[in-house]
Amino acid sequence: MPNGVAPVIRAAGLRKVYGSTVAVDDVSFEVAPGEAFGLLGPNGAGKSTTMRMLGAVSARSGGSLEILGRDPDRQGPEIRAQLGVVPQLDNLDTELSARENLIVYGRYFGLPHAVVAARADELLGFAQLEDKAKAAIDDLSGGMKRRLTIARALINEPRILLLDEPTTGLDPQARHILWDRLFRLKEQGTTLVLTTHYMDEAEQLCDRLIVVDHGRIMAEGTPAGLIREHSTREVLEVRFGSERNAEAAVALADLGERVEPLPDRVLVYAENGEHVLAEVLRRGWDPVTSLVRRSSLEDVFLRLTGRSLIE
Amino acid sequence: MTSLSELRAPKEARGVGALSSGNAYAVFNRNLVGARGTNLWVMVSGFFEPVFYLLSLGAGLGGLIGAVELPDGRAVSYAAFIAPGLLAAAAMTGAIADAAWNVFFKMRFMRVYDAMLATSLGPLDVALGEMAWALFRGGLYGTAFLVVMQLAGLNLSWTAILAIPAALVVAFGFASVAMGITSYLRSFQQMDWIAFVMLPMYMLSGTFFPISQYPDWVQWIVMAFPLWHGTELIRGLTTGALDWSMLIHVGYFAVMIALGIVFATRRLRALFLS
Repeated sequence: MPNGVAPVIRAAGLRKVYGSTVAVDDVSFEVAPGEAFGLLGPNGAGKSTTMRMLGAVSARSGGSLEILGRDPDRQGPEIRAQLGVVPQLDNLDTELSARENLIVYGRYFGLPHAVVAARADELLGFAQLEDKAKAAIDDLSGGMKRRLTIARALINEPRILLLDEPTTGLDPQARHILWDRLFRLKEQGTTLVLTTHYMDEAEQLCDRLIVVDHGRIMAEGTPAGLIREHSTREVLEVRFGSERNAEAAVALADLGERVEPLPDRVLVYAENGEHVLAEVLRRGWDPVTSLVRRSSLEDVFLRLTGRSLIE
Repeated sequence: MTSLSELRAPKEARGVGALSSGNAYAVFNRNLVGARGTNLWVMVSGFFEPVFYLLSLGAGLGGLIGAVELPDGRAVSYAAFIAPGLLAAAAMTGAIADAAWNVFFKMRFMRVYDAMLATSLGPLDVALGEMAWALFRGGLYGTAFLVVMQLAGLNLSWTAILAIPAALVVAFGFASVAMGITSYLRSFQQMDWIAFVMLPMYMLSGTFFPISQYPDWVQWIVMAFPLWHGTELIRGLTTGALDWSMLIHVGYFAVMIALGIVFATRRLRALFLS
């Protein structure tokens, strides 16, 4: 967080309880203006619940929360007026055309028709949907719908854009186009808060992020900082066949800072993967395949939130 | 309405669940823009239902029945008797079509209210905007039907013109309650329950014959139905059989509307802003 700049979001000890379920336990973070901030975590970690509280559509059960200097439990509508929300599930209005979606939504903020009509045309350009202005929503591709949803979220010129899993379900081309649009917004100074469980997305887009699990923050930092802190510089992936992986992991346990046996391969976390591979071969372990790669955020994520399937 | 101000718990007055930004028009406008597209013909078809009933029952069956006696002792043609009943029933079915079925789709499938309530709009804006739309449609149908009645010579008094606002009051009552009830329903099977309640009310509420045909205890049950109050109110206005008891009918709907708005608003808030 840059010093001396008042944060646009300030959450301290944020908590949300539904009946006996604790969805968000104790979450504290701050977001600076113009920052791209990410919430990472497995399904059910409390990301979407946190986003709903940030969006001032869900009252907190405990802790304090300040958005643009206001308390959502006291000034919900004023806060919502300055937010753009891109929900996890598309909720474009299928009875309206693409352009009408932008105009009608802008009117929900009480903006005059002339203002939103002009902005709608600009935003259709931004979303690269000029030729789809009159198209029915059902005729748009998944990527187009997401871009239109982002355009819609910008109609009130929000100070903060909240994106809940913006690229889930999109093909790689559509994701890259969307990332490019989000980069543009970042360059223009819009504060972005996004959840994702794509680590490449978090590395691409986020200046800073938190990893959330079971409603609590497991780690916080920049993508590079988190990798430095929670993983090694490189990872060696070696496959010996599913029969021998476990055995190999024991025999190679001293070669890296950490050795992780998986059913299909063994991961050796080390500063220099090539050196480790040479030593593996010298010890007479001949892998079927081997790969040396740099550590990624995915390694950090899996280390912090575990590999067991969470549904 | 005191019940509405009670709804604003002090702590939440301007919080996440804040009721209104005074912009119900934006919700109405959304429906207006949507109706310009595909919905137009669906909307026009709503006009014909009561007209067909009037043709078949009024002209056809009415020829066999002859005259019907009103409470004030006057005898009127069967068509003049059922036409105001059909108008009241059309106000009900039209209001429920919008406030139940259309709201159900918007709530469960189109997620329109999720989108609306993420903006500055509050649940009261959404409830009032949706109800205003149901009334707008109901008002158009009611006016068109009243014109048909006029052309057919079925309006027996100048007070028939007041049947338009009366039909709006009836539609408002049903729309407000239907919207609240719909918020609990999750599947199409459950939506059928609404038809299950509407049909007997339609058939029994004095639309097609005077309820004096029933034994006393059945009459008391029918008089509890909202549609009976609507039918009596509108029939009094189109036939000119005015009576102080009409104020009771208006009062019945005033209570129904107030409770319905509070109910629908609370439900929207509970579903989308919790």
